[in-house]
Amino acid sequence: MNETPASSDSRSRRAPPAGGAALRPGLSDRTVAWLFVAPTLFLLLAINIFPLLWNVYLSFTNFKANAPGRPLRWLGLRNYERLLANEDIWASMQVTARFVFWSILFQVLLGFALAWLINRRFKGHAFWTTVIVVPMMLSPAVVGVFWTYLFQPQAGIFNYIVNFFYDFGDFTMIGDPDLAMWAIVLVDTWMWTPFVMLICLAGLRAVPDHLYEAAEVDGASSWRQFWTITVPLVLPFLMLAVLFRGIENFKMFDMVVELTSGGPGSATELASIYLKREAFEKWRTGFSAALAVVLFVTVFGVANIYVKVLNRVKER
Amino acid sequence: MRRTFLTTIALSLGLAAGVAQAQEKSLTLCWAAWDPANALTELSRDFTAQTGIAMNFEFVPWTSFADRFLNELNSRGKLCDLMIGDSQWLGLAAENGHYVKLNDFFDKEGIDIEDFLPATVYNYSTWPKGSPNYWALPAMGDALAWVYRKDWFARPEIREAFQKEYGRELAPPTTWTELMEVAKFFNGREIDGKVRYGVAIYTERGSEGITMGVTSALYPWGFRYQDPERPYQMEGFVNSPQAVEALEAYKALYECCTPPGHSDAYMVANLDAYKSGQVAMQMNWFAFFPGILKDEEVGAVSGFFVNPRQNEEASVLGGQGISVVSYSDKKDLALQYIKWFAQPEVQQKWWALGGYSAHRAVLEAPDFPKSAPFAGDFLKAMSNVRDFWQEPEYAELLQAMQRRIHDYVVADKGTAKEALDKLIQDWTEIFEDAGKL
Repeated sequence: MNETPASSDSRSRRAPPAGGAALRPGLSDRTVAWLFVAPTLFLLLAINIFPLLWNVYLSFTNFKANAPGRPLRWLGLRNYERLLANEDIWASMQVTARFVFWSILFQVLLGFALAWLINRRFKGHAFWTTVIVVPMMLSPAVVGVFWTYLFQPQAGIFNYIVNFFYDFGDFTMIGDPDLAMWAIVLVDTWMWTPFVMLICLAGLRAVPDHLYEAAEVDGASSWRQFWTITVPLVLPFLMLAVLFRGIENFKMFDMVVELTSGGPGSATELASIYLKREAFEKWRTGFSAALAVVLFVTVFGVANIYVKVLNRVKER
Repeated sequence: MRRTFLTTIALSLGLAAGVAQAQEKSLTLCWAAWDPANALTELSRDFTAQTGIAMNFEFVPWTSFADRFLNELNSRGKLCDLMIGDSQWLGLAAENGHYVKLNDFFDKEGIDIEDFLPATVYNYSTWPKGSPNYWALPAMGDALAWVYRKDWFARPEIREAFQKEYGRELAPPTTWTELMEVAKFFNGREIDGKVRYGVAIYTERGSEGITMGVTSALYPWGFRYQDPERPYQMEGFVNSPQAVEALEAYKALYECCTPPGHSDAYMVANLDAYKSGQVAMQMNWFAFFPGILKDEEVGAVSGFFVNPRQNEEASVLGGQGISVVSYSDKKDLALQYIKWFAQPEVQQKWWALGGYSAHRAVLEAPDFPKSAPFAGDFLKAMSNVRDFWQEPEYAELLQAMQRRIHDYVVADKGTAKEALDKLIQDWTEIFEDAGKL
């Protein structure tokens, strides 16, 4: 049967457009692509970019979220000047820096050591891996509450265990301004060492066996193999763990609030807790917006520098 | 079959309409989760029985009470039709239009605000302070007071030891100096084979705990927030020598005589320390005293005393007024509740159930002081109560004080004078921001 011109025309309309052309007449590839991307883009703009820009704008004003009817005054850089001259903010930044440094140091040391042990694939290593990672599966707020009971000086098991080895008497971990910082470092280390361990384990398992075999043939000692093969090859993984934990701990909030509320006094008042108090308890929204900008720039800047260093290490 | 189907549909629609109507005639009351809230739930059953208006309750623990409900008000939420909010919120709530002004309603319904204790009207209802602008009906009178172990105080060997050590009889303290002596005496003492501690005081950092605790020492020493002649001028008042002495006394009491780990304690922690027999005395709100009296362990052995004097008699004000939230869609029903609650017989039942009425018909009844072991002390305390700033900037002012006081008392940072000087700086900055300085 011969094809009529009409049916031929109809087929040509149904045929897929060459080179991935428009699905329907009038919609170009570019338009379709935008249509697909638009919802995500809109959400990104609405949820991330707009609040960020709005926050930057508010940081130059005297806005108070609990008094929306109050006339908004443009303050210029006054919030930033106040912020930089504020001793309490510097104190909270120091507390944050100490917390980040010590918790990451312990997590890296312990995490690497545990990964090293687990990597030896002893009998039951899979079971112990599961047991070790349990703390990081808990909610930080729950961990905070849970440890307040463990640290309770009269009934808590922590004091009991410590005093079993040496009698320190009625010491209190979260009530003593000198010990409270170590209490939050300890709890954070308990909770997040497994995370560092898992990343290190991935790094250790990525080291090819033939490198160790070649080193053994060359007569390299275990110590030498560790420093010249294991450490350099696992270092990028370790640095990645430090980056993740650094960012997380810089904005740590829930666990410490439950554990110490930033106390005693302001001994464990991290920058995030200070920010929350300024923003949602004192309602100094403009001022806290400025503080949020400073914290954001700090984390963003440090993380960027760190990532560059990380890339260099990987290239080596 | 079809008929049955239609009947079922009609019944379902009728039921749904009935449910909707019942839901429409309901109110939500927001308050803190504590003993008096249970008494109010019980009391409100009468209101529902009389009016057919169902009562729902939103009770939040004290530690998140201000956060939760101030956020609700600031975001113009419709959750609460009635709010029993802290006295210090009045300035904020009135100036930002969160509460309905009740003057016209009182006039229309013949509610005489003078039927309530003047101190409670001043503190729980008026803004600006002392003006005839009413934003709440006094709902729950309260003040900070003390509980002690009557049985320990009565033991001959303990009394003898105290007499020997201090040259006077062991009795509930009437001054802060005596309070310190009694706390020291009991601290570390072994009673019934267990080591006991002197006192449980407020040291909480997160909400308002340590401020409430420390002001119970500051006020009797003669602390003033500002120059009465020059509002918001705090130099020489907030950091007066008396204030410094009071703050040092509070710190000394914390260091010497509280149980280990009592560094972030508020109402519940004090109750726990007391009920578990750790301490000889605790500070707490009158609101908890009916519950203590009913407690199986310590009810029979507890005595009560009003906040001790030092240079003057003064107690920290607690308690709240009940307000209608202006964002509620059921303001008429909410006002109906307030009208019902203001009746003397309802107030009488409120007191009987464990709430603290502020109605004079209840408090000035001849038999009131004997109606409970702490009733007389309650009256005494309410006659000299003092409150924290009630300015709209209350939350900022409170947080500044929490930080400075906790830093000094618990974290041992700096001196009392330095803490109070810094507090003046913080408060000055807040008042400057508010355009008051």
